[in-house]
Amino acid sequence: MSPDRAPVGALFRRFRDRLASEGPERPSVSGGHGAKQSGRFAEAGGSRATGTGAGVARTDAGAAEAGLAPQPPRDVPPTERRRGGRRKGGGGEQLNVPPAEFTSYYGRPVLKAPVWKWDIAAYLFTGGLAAGSSLLAAGGQLTGRPALRRAGRVTSLAAVTTSAYFLINDLGRPSRFHHMLRVAKLTSPMSVGTWILSAFGPAAGVAAIAEAAPWLPERGVLGLGRRLLPPVGHAAGLAAAATAPLLATYTGVLLADTAVPSWHEAYPELPMIFAGSALASGAGVGLLTAPTDQAGPARRFAVAGAAMELWGSHRVENRLGLLSEPYAEGTPGRLLKAGRALTAAGVVGALIGRRNRALSAVSGAALLAASVCTRFGIFHGGVASAKDPRYTVVPQRERADRRAAEQG
Amino acid sequence: MIPDVNSLYGPLDPAPDAGWSAAGPRMGFFTDTSVCIGCKACEVACKEWNAVPDSGFDLLGMSYDNTGALTANSWRHVAFIEQPLPAGHRTPPFAGNPTGGSVSAASAAVAAGTGNPTGTQPGVPPGAPSAAARMTGGVPADVLGAPTRAVTANGAGSMPADGAPAGSAAGNGAATTNGAQFLGMPGAQPPGRGSGAESRTDFRWLMMSDVCKHCTHAACLDVCPTGSLFRTEFGTVVVQEDICNGCGYCISACPYGVIDQRKDDGRAWKCTLCYDRLGAGMTPACAQACPTESIQYGPLDELRERAAQRVAALHERGVPEARLYGHDPTDGVGGDGAFFLLLDQPEVYGLPPDPVVTTRDLPRMYKRAGLAALAMAAAAVAAFVGGSS
Repeated sequence: MSPDRAPVGALFRRFRDRLASEGPERPSVSGGHGAKQSGRFAEAGGSRATGTGAGVARTDAGAAEAGLAPQPPRDVPPTERRRGGRRKGGGGEQLNVPPAEFTSYYGRPVLKAPVWKWDIAAYLFTGGLAAGSSLLAAGGQLTGRPALRRAGRVTSLAAVTTSAYFLINDLGRPSRFHHMLRVAKLTSPMSVGTWILSAFGPAAGVAAIAEAAPWLPERGVLGLGRRLLPPVGHAAGLAAAATAPLLATYTGVLLADTAVPSWHEAYPELPMIFAGSALASGAGVGLLTAPTDQAGPARRFAVAGAAMELWGSHRVENRLGLLSEPYAEGTPGRLLKAGRALTAAGVVGALIGRRNRALSAVSGAALLAASVCTRFGIFHGGVASAKDPRYTVVPQRERADRRAAEQG
Repeated sequence: MIPDVNSLYGPLDPAPDAGWSAAGPRMGFFTDTSVCIGCKACEVACKEWNAVPDSGFDLLGMSYDNTGALTANSWRHVAFIEQPLPAGHRTPPFAGNPTGGSVSAASAAVAAGTGNPTGTQPGVPPGAPSAAARMTGGVPADVLGAPTRAVTANGAGSMPADGAPAGSAAGNGAATTNGAQFLGMPGAQPPGRGSGAESRTDFRWLMMSDVCKHCTHAACLDVCPTGSLFRTEFGTVVVQEDICNGCGYCISACPYGVIDQRKDDGRAWKCTLCYDRLGAGMTPACAQACPTESIQYGPLDELRERAAQRVAALHERGVPEARLYGHDPTDGVGGDGAFFLLLDQPEVYGLPPDPVVTTRDLPRMYKRAGLAALAMAAAAVAAFVGGSS
């Protein structure tokens, strides 16, 4: 044992101190507090238990005795929770989900929460941004809108480079990033994504480099480059655009193909949300950079992207029952709400600001911010669902009990 | 090779499916928790043989389990459950013996927040205090030493509606505390001493040595993007440490929360079912060290047969709660290579009640992604083809 380690048992001395300091606040069993507790307990409704067979701990009595609300959400600070409760007239869950009782091993999570740091949430955004802007660039290139083409290609390269940085930085062993290229595995969305990114990245890079053609001298070897680059860039831009929708949507499968309850059960919607978010962020780039007479397609990108994203996030926040909760509460809930508000504001601004350069730019920035919020909200919602054993045990217990009942 | 139709889900013999042409019988563990004494010899033997680093020396304060969970630095984990529960009805010789719960709802709630410097992530993450308190079954105890008033837990009117055996519900009957000071340990003296016999309660101890399940359909293996995780000729699942680049995908994919990442080297680690020993015809270290044969190693078919006999014997002897977990090849993960005999619901031991391999839905996920990609491409085309504003 190293000398700088805290002595064994230090944790418990801290414990005891904490308990001692929290002592007075802890409701005692006797007196008015007790009455209030039993009231709250009756309201929580033990009979709504999800049933745990050969009976241990089916009641919330233990929680009540320990001075705890029966269902404290993990991410909401207690004060805010109380405020919400009062507004709703007391005791009401914000969602129509019955308070689920479940048995656990000392309340510890069943699953290991994702070890992915914020890099992966950021990559969800930059990957989508690269996809959306390369689609915008390809459209601009085919319909003669050079401002969209240039901005789209440059953003796409910047975003895909940042993506690669985030992905490698998140690895436990960044120096072994190339081990991803050892195999191509359909059962691993991460492997599929690696290959999509390997196809998209170089194409987006060549397309962006081709934008430098006008700066090259007209003579000599570089002059040859000046003549050759535009058609090469043209082809590369189309290749990037062809893989872009895959790049934008595979990340939905990447998150859904895990044991994380709120990601897995959202698998029908996640790709649609991410596709919409990618379109909206591409629109953001167009609105920020292109003059208003070229930005028409970007505005339509914004409308389509917002529609897809709002449909999807509405579904995951309502369709999944208990598993929608992590997306509605705490930080993920706030992020997704902010994302929705910013998306709506961005779309409205883009539509009414079609002659106004400044308003268009502000709308574009709002759409980009919305995309960031949505990605981080979805990411952290899933992480929260893996950290609380409730989201693992309750749906599975219900499923097992239902099956047992069917089999008689 | 044409993949089996059950490659992603359903009954399957995994080693031939993974391409082993001359695979022997599938090997595995049967862990019979009814004879586990919680000695943790398996944890120690595993660490010794596999040179697994230490996983922290702090006490967790929730029970005699201070390992907390399976992590990259604990490939065996002995779960230890202590709950107030009348046990006399099934062990008549001890029915009259006074005992006392040494855990309380309040101490459990506090202990849910403890951790250990395991050197891994997520390691042993904190739990939900309310769930922990509930788990100890509503025996109130004032952790600071002042005796609390006797409280009947079922006074709250929350008896389960289904037909549980009478007297087995948690906290049934008057439960009082022994008023001992909470020292961060589950009881410093024999249960029940220090308070009158009339205030003593019954409790139960459950012990289970948890391990990687070596699933038939292993999500960790399916999602590994480097091919670091592979299926051995024994049907087990092993991480190749010279390939793993620490992407962390297996950690989110495991439905049992087994695999974990070491902080210092960034790679994922888990039980190998002692692949090196198996190759030499030896028994895995944990099974070799188990003094009560709670951990049994052998060909999976044989173990399943033995387990079925053991459950039948226990039922006959009046232990109706004995059940198998992970033995069924038709379950959500196609059956586990390491399965268990449990004495209560799996979630009591921290196991998921009905795990399903996430890749079962992968074809549908790809389909939804394809639809979304088409919608995105169509929207992009429409945006440029439509009007000219």
